[in-house]
Amino acid sequence: MAVWLLRRIGQIIPTLLILSVLIFALQQLMPGDPALILAGEERGDPQVLAQIRAELFLDRPLPEQYVRWLWRALQGDLGFSWRIREPVAVLILQKLPVTLQLGGMAFVIACCIGVPLGVLSAVYKGRWPDVLVNAVALAGISTPNFWLGIMLILLVSVNLGWLPPSGYVPLFEDPWQSLKTTIMPAFVLGNAISAVLMRHTRAAMLNALSQDYVRTARAKGLGERVVVLKHALRNALVPVVTLGAIELGRLLAGAVLTEQIFTIPGFGKLIVDAVFNRDYPVVQGVVMVVAVITVLLALLADVIYLLVNPRLRHA
Amino acid sequence: MSTPVLELDSLSVGFATDRGLVRAVEAVSFRVAPGEMLAVVGESGCGKSVTALAVMGLLPGSAQVGGRILFDGRDAREAQRGRDLAMVFQEPMTSLNPAFTAGEQVAEALRKHRGLAPRAAFDAAVEMLSRAHIPDAARRARQYPHQLSGGMRQRVMIAMALACRPRLLLCDEPTTALDVTVQAQIMALLDELRRETGTAVVLITHDLGVVADRADQVAVMYAGRVVEAAPAAQLFATPQHPYTVGLLGAAPRLVGGGGRLASIEGTVPDPLNLPPGCRFAPRCPFAVARCNEAPPLAEVSPGHSAACWRAPLDQVLAA
Repeated sequence: MAVWLLRRIGQIIPTLLILSVLIFALQQLMPGDPALILAGEERGDPQVLAQIRAELFLDRPLPEQYVRWLWRALQGDLGFSWRIREPVAVLILQKLPVTLQLGGMAFVIACCIGVPLGVLSAVYKGRWPDVLVNAVALAGISTPNFWLGIMLILLVSVNLGWLPPSGYVPLFEDPWQSLKTTIMPAFVLGNAISAVLMRHTRAAMLNALSQDYVRTARAKGLGERVVVLKHALRNALVPVVTLGAIELGRLLAGAVLTEQIFTIPGFGKLIVDAVFNRDYPVVQGVVMVVAVITVLLALLADVIYLLVNPRLRHA
Repeated sequence: MSTPVLELDSLSVGFATDRGLVRAVEAVSFRVAPGEMLAVVGESGCGKSVTALAVMGLLPGSAQVGGRILFDGRDAREAQRGRDLAMVFQEPMTSLNPAFTAGEQVAEALRKHRGLAPRAAFDAAVEMLSRAHIPDAARRARQYPHQLSGGMRQRVMIAMALACRPRLLLCDEPTTALDVTVQAQIMALLDELRRETGTAVVLITHDLGVVADRADQVAVMYAGRVVEAAPAAQLFATPQHPYTVGLLGAAPRLVGGGGRLASIEGTVPDPLNLPPGCRFAPRCPFAVARCNEAPPLAEVSPGHSAACWRAPLDQVLAA
């Protein structure tokens, strides 16, 4: 297993290298000249522009720019934000906990909704609970995040006044207040994923419930609850867990829009601002960090898969 | 005679399909005395597994069940699965849950039916596994099904089924998926544990060879019906139904003369389109006009009954 893990980690390196090239290349395709933006009022002065370009190595060939960026990134130095004049790494470390909190909560919400509904729908396959759950799931998948977010703000904050419509309080400053500011965006974010999780749980449960070992469990005289929740679900969760970890990565990316709506100062807001400001180092840094997190989550998914599936653990 | 452990009184099971009602089992009756081994023999699709699942109450909800199933003289639905009656399935590879260790799976039944604490149940499971002749049972109990061989898994299944000392054990082709050498070991184990625990066994098989020297009673099924039932020795010595004769592969000796009848001609009838009367008639070398009417399962000699108009066959064969 240790060998497998090392080999699996080894696979990550080329993946991340390719990703870094892609991110760097896409960056260059973005319209607009950063030097022009940075020059501000003095954008008419070619000397100022040349100076800015030289300072930021923008006058060097692209491969050189890439290697410089990568080399420093490997040392944890993601460069300076051109706009905010702060190290990108610091900006990211400030925003990362916010988005991780949001993503974590969204994921918990998605699991709490998706897995039980998937089980319910599989157990009552073809009957009304199944039909109802599927309709809800379809609605969940089809509802755009921004619309759901706005509607929730209107209903819960504006009309009912239960929760603040926007803003963010850090978790360690005031956990209760923090929860109140993040629960709505977390629900919006988790909503779409809960539907995906529900569909996968349903499929995996239907498969598990048709297996011989479920018949054996029934023949043993176990109650239907134990048969479903222990014997079938334990096996059904194997593929669902893997999928869940990968979805969590997607969720971080999906946070961009939701954070905008609820004005939460997380990753999403950081990257949107950076794109509009042509703040290349920030964009590169944020996207790279998201990519690394996604790849690590995929690794985590594989490790969890190994842990919940005894057949692989002993292989 | 004491109350039979299991008594089927004209059991029938039907499944509604898109193409019509499939009568998987029709008017099947038999009794199993305490500690006795009844072999139910027949080709695949003859309804023997469905009969066993009906006894266990494990048929899908769509099944239409008629007739009566009595366990110890009372409705079998009142019997507790796993404690009063248990079942061993054909596929040891897929019948064990891959996510739990062998010991856990045996212990589960003990916790449920004997109310043992987890620790005690696991110890009892190890004890049961070693009684099923699993070497190094304490270590094996901590292993997962995929780490065990096919024969070993079937031993686990048997240990699981017998852990709570049920009065009746149903075995559905318990050796079919195993190597020939392992088959004999598993049969010997079943026999041994049956004698130890006094559990009655219904052994479902397509292989008459397996049952010859172990079963007390044999019921032969064909296309959903019992066509012959007799004490094992009697059935093998003087089979009274042409289908049994065919199964025994004894046809050449009986018809006399040259031609060997190594297999039964024709195929099992389509369950949606069963022949009227005797269902074996289209394949039967002895069929006569009267076979268009269904023959009742009638006693040919004491304890030996056959559903054939031409039984006893002795005269037919002598002619």
